[in-house]
Amino acid sequence: MDADLGRLRWRSRRGMLELDVLLERFLKRHGEQLDSRDRAAYARLLECADEDLHAWFSGRMECPHAEFSELIRRVRAG
Amino acid sequence: MGIARRRFDCLVIGAGGGGLRAALQLAQEDLHVAVVSKVFPTRSHTVAAQGGINAALGNALPDNWHWHMYDTVKGSDYLGDQDAIEYMCRVAPRLVIELEHYGVPFTRLDNGRIYQRAFGGQSQNFGGDQAARTCPAADRTGHALLHTLYQQNMRAQTHFFDEYFAIDLLRDEEGFVVGALVLDIESGEPLVIEAKTTLLATGGACRIFRTSSNAMINTGDGIGMALRAGLPAQDMEFVQFHPTGIAGYGMLISEGVRGEGGYLVNKDGERFMERYAPKALDLASRDVVSRSIAIELREGRGCGPDGDHVLLKVDHLGADLIKKRLPGIRESAMHFAGTDPCEVPIPVAPTAHYSMGGIPTNLHGQVVAPERHGPEEAVPGLYAAGECACVSVHGANRLGGNSLLDIIVFGRAAGEHMAEYIRENPYNRPVADEAVDRAMQGLSRWDRKGDGISVADMYDRMSRVMEQNCSVFRTEEVMAEGVKRILELEEQLEDVRLSDHSRTFNTARIEALELGNLMEVAVATMLSAAARTESRGAHSHVDYPDRDDKNWLKHTLYLKDGHVLDYKPVRMRPLSVEAFPPKERVY
Ligand SMILES: Cc1cc2nc3c(=O)[nH]c(=O)nc-3n(C[C@H](O)[C@H](O)[C@H](O)COP(=O)(O)OP(=O)(O)OC[C@H]3O[C@@H](n4cnc5c(N)ncnc54)[C@H](O)[C@@H]3O)c2cc1C
Repeated sequence: MDADLGRLRWRSRRGMLELDVLLERFLKRHGEQLDSRDRAAYARLLECADEDLHAWFSGRMECPHAEFSELIRRVRAG
Repeated sequence: MGIARRRFDCLVIGAGGGGLRAALQLAQEDLHVAVVSKVFPTRSHTVAAQGGINAALGNALPDNWHWHMYDTVKGSDYLGDQDAIEYMCRVAPRLVIELEHYGVPFTRLDNGRIYQRAFGGQSQNFGGDQAARTCPAADRTGHALLHTLYQQNMRAQTHFFDEYFAIDLLRDEEGFVVGALVLDIESGEPLVIEAKTTLLATGGACRIFRTSSNAMINTGDGIGMALRAGLPAQDMEFVQFHPTGIAGYGMLISEGVRGEGGYLVNKDGERFMERYAPKALDLASRDVVSRSIAIELREGRGCGPDGDHVLLKVDHLGADLIKKRLPGIRESAMHFAGTDPCEVPIPVAPTAHYSMGGIPTNLHGQVVAPERHGPEEAVPGLYAAGECACVSVHGANRLGGNSLLDIIVFGRAAGEHMAEYIRENPYNRPVADEAVDRAMQGLSRWDRKGDGISVADMYDRMSRVMEQNCSVFRTEEVMAEGVKRILELEEQLEDVRLSDHSRTFNTARIEALELGNLMEVAVATMLSAAARTESRGAHSHVDYPDRDDKNWLKHTLYLKDGHVLDYKPVRMRPLSVEAFPPKERVY
């Protein structure tokens, strides 16, 4: 297995089912195609707190970090 | 033996609220504490708890720990141990204030005190008016609690092993637990952590069911470890279901939707709750609604190609109201069901939410096991706390807001007792290579090559059997079939193979280890459920619809070796007050 992708996959395991499902779906569809820049950004996104990710993905809150907006859009779109 | 070893005073397996509260207690005693967590600590499932934590502070309405105790005993359908329940309800106010001092930002009343909201099952005066006992930190109580405890642990210099997976406990010849074998997920290398005391705080196990509200990490690892170490699992048949989880996924659609006027229909468009609860309809209690849905599905009135869900209709409420009052629910439905509830009903099914059962402990968090027909005794060096443990304060049914309390109260109690134990047992006992070798077999088993069933496929089969044969619709026939099917799958586990044997961040390997634990828990749950011929709390048996105190006012113990079931009495005697004798449970 691609260890890099393995790391991203494991770190997509979260404390909330909603996040698990969205992130897993995103990685399944797009994981292989992510270039190194996208991967790095995704890895940084995963550093954020579950509560914040949940608020951003559900559209309840706007993510204040511009670097994530495109990724968040893609995760939301599935 | 080339396996690296590290030595600590205490090993805490699990970094949710339970594990972190215990670790904090230990670190404050200047003990050398290791916390192992398979995911980064603040991503533990405790973050998902939004509602709040119970304590009889009496800030909003009059309250008293003794009333809280009454509600908890009654809620447990009298299967809860009354000494543990008294202890928990008594210390709750002090420990919630302590959390506030640690920095949990509880929501406040105008007078500065902690705000308290009313939850189901809370009463004043032993069954009188509604009480308000649940303390929230906005709608992110679990998140606030977990982050606060993590910060406090960092300050107290707890040593964290993040992204390490605990494989098995290590026991010596005399039965002392002397640490655990863990796996560094990053490198794929095993590590032996030696400890004078070990705490299991690995959380719940509801992923044994295909539809569950729990995060993917809730695979019952600690219970699997205890069973493989020859220890019992208690009251595993008691699993709390929520009636409306999004079909195929399980995330909750709260009661609020039905409160606003949403209702359930079957594939014929019939509002079936009219048949089961003509008065309360869709707002009948959780177990009634769950069972009604299950009957509709069993009788072929489910929707979708597999007939495995019913529909929650809200579109008649109008898009304006939905967008205004139920924005989160709409978002969830759109994300996961893929449809807008303003136009299309939401597909839902009962979802497994909380495991009441777990590793049996006393009120100090010591794991207890029966000694050859004698009374139970503490397993030296081993503790358990939180959702993986069964102390038992929830008995047959947990009340909302009591589980966060459980993890704080018994996480702390376990920490206190572990420190005391170490004063009396100040040296690490030797860990024999043989014990490590034995534990390593659980890992090296996954190195076998060749064709076989895949992990995902086996998980799918297991979780479907549990859903079909052991969820809310339990009859003698359904469960007998379930026993047969799950035992077959348990045997076939031998034939499961990994195709990827790489080491670094091989998540497939971790999922295989989790599958092993899930199977242990599933078998325990299925066998315990099939044997209990009564209905009590969350275990409702269609062929035995009544509670049977004469024969069944007792805890189930399941042992892996030979699939044996044993029973032990409920502790009916509280610590200082009079017992609450079993009464019919009406609300
Ligand atoms: C959606 C939802 C909402 C809820 N809301 C409330 C509420 O409002 N109020 C309330 O009181 N309760 C609520 N609950 C229940 C409550 O959240 C849980 O019972 C509680 O948080 C469990 O805490 P814990 O410390 O036992 O385990 P968890 O928080 O689940 O932590 C388990 C830890 O163990 C670690 N772990 C597991 N296996 C291994 C292994 N093999 N190796 C290493 N580490 C491992 C994990 O990484 C994690 O750190 C809710 C539950 C759900 C599902």
